[in-house]
Amino acid sequence: MIAHAIFFYVFSIIAVISAIMVTVSKNTVHSVFFLILDFISISCLFIMIGAEFLGMIMLIVYVGAVAVLFLFVVMMLNVAQQKNQWFVSKQSSSHIPIGLIISTIIFFELIIVVGGWKYKPELINATNSKISSEISNTHSLGQILYTDYIHVFQISGMILLVAMIGAIVLTFRQREGVKKQSYLKQISRERSEGIEVLEVPSKTGVKIDD
Amino acid sequence: MEYVNLIFQEVYKILFLLVPVLVSVAMIVWLDRRVWAFVQKRQGPNVVGPFGLLQSLADALKYIFKEIIIPSSSNKVIFILAPIITMTLALVAWAVIPFGENQVLANINVGILYIFAVSSLGVYGIIMGGWASNSKYPFLGSIRSAAQMVSYEVSIGIIIINVLLCVGSLNLSDIVIAQEKMWFVIPLFPMFVIFFISSLAETNRPPFDLPEAEAELVAGYQTEYSGMMYAMFWLGEYANILLMCALGSILFLGGWLSPIDLYPFNLIPGAIWLILKILLLFILFALVKAIVPRYRYDQLMRLGWKIFLPFSLIYVVLTASYLFYFNLLPTI
Repeated sequence: MIAHAIFFYVFSIIAVISAIMVTVSKNTVHSVFFLILDFISISCLFIMIGAEFLGMIMLIVYVGAVAVLFLFVVMMLNVAQQKNQWFVSKQSSSHIPIGLIISTIIFFELIIVVGGWKYKPELINATNSKISSEISNTHSLGQILYTDYIHVFQISGMILLVAMIGAIVLTFRQREGVKKQSYLKQISRERSEGIEVLEVPSKTGVKIDD
Repeated sequence: MEYVNLIFQEVYKILFLLVPVLVSVAMIVWLDRRVWAFVQKRQGPNVVGPFGLLQSLADALKYIFKEIIIPSSSNKVIFILAPIITMTLALVAWAVIPFGENQVLANINVGILYIFAVSSLGVYGIIMGGWASNSKYPFLGSIRSAAQMVSYEVSIGIIIINVLLCVGSLNLSDIVIAQEKMWFVIPLFPMFVIFFISSLAETNRPPFDLPEAEAELVAGYQTEYSGMMYAMFWLGEYANILLMCALGSILFLGGWLSPIDLYPFNLIPGAIWLILKILLLFILFALVKAIVPRYRYDQLMRLGWKIFLPFSLIYVVLTASYLFYFNLLPTI
């Protein structure tokens, strides 16, 4: 039990500190690395409460894919320079109230959710599905997702699909004058089209038109 | 006192796994070079020790005594962290590989997801190394490798789903036990081929070694590294290759199971069968390196997204409907 507590505190302290470092650190790439550390320690916390499937999915999806794309964007754009300009100019003051409003809303939502659990424990048992201890975490998650919540699950899939198509449509540009390599053409080239053997007469040569 | 005993026991077990893995990584480098030389009608390393077996040790000694150069314009902390992360992640994943029934360090429920997660983390070592070097070639190499590894992970994930449909469990030991009647390489042969090619791309092996394509990028993300730090990248890469071979033999070739369930074959312990299967896959890896020319970058991306991904998705649908129609779906 003591070991459990020690691990919990280690992971949660790392999570909180790295979350603070994400916002504090000056270098944008560093803050993405701290974000990754945060994700990893949170997935460790998930595994500690027995939700091993969620923890692993968190690692695969957020750390393995989403954060890589974050890193891409941050490395490619010169974010540090933009940020400096932003804070020097007068524009910055107009963004602070909006940020404050959003963060207070999120803070109160969290308080309501956590406080609800704390003071009305029966809220947690409000769902119809029972969690049995005999089958593994992954199996029970699948059973709930694909029976009781199948419509919600499908709708969230549709939303993701729409978002994906939207992103592709928004960024897709048909540029002109770009040389394209046709796959089939490259593979199906024969020797007869590629090479021409010419008889070269002495002292006159041949003219090759291209 | 009990805690200390427990910790010592675990450390002992971990060392018992890690030391053989590290030694076999060194040996496998020798095997790789020998096979490569054999295809090209050369001798390969044959001077140090019998058949040149000690060549890797000599190389390691050389790396240890070389100076570690840290470029002055680099981001030093991340520059040093990058090879450490690559090496650690490559070794950490071995914890869940079963070498026989109950012969596994950590028999966790989500073993296959764990391996998948750790191998998807492996890209960070490369990105960090390339970015922290603060130089053009390493950066280009790391960006290429990030895109490559993310794309091929998708198809590997879907191939794993194919296998999981037949097993009904995420535990690696259960996956092996489910193959007692028939190895999955027979019903899922196309998936095995795609898995093999994707794992070539996932480990940055030729013909997909664009991140370190020497003709274009010097040595890719490793350009600025020297001495032991370079050696750690290199060891991590080979440990990853061995891990992918182990994963392939567990998913498709029946792990520790013997090919024929008959008298003389039964006596051989499962670990040896697994090692033989890993070696078989590794020799294939080495042969591919010697035989196939390097892909162009757009060809690589096209292969991953336009061919492997749709094909493995279609195969998931086929497998699922076959299992459903003949009532073969595994029960919990």
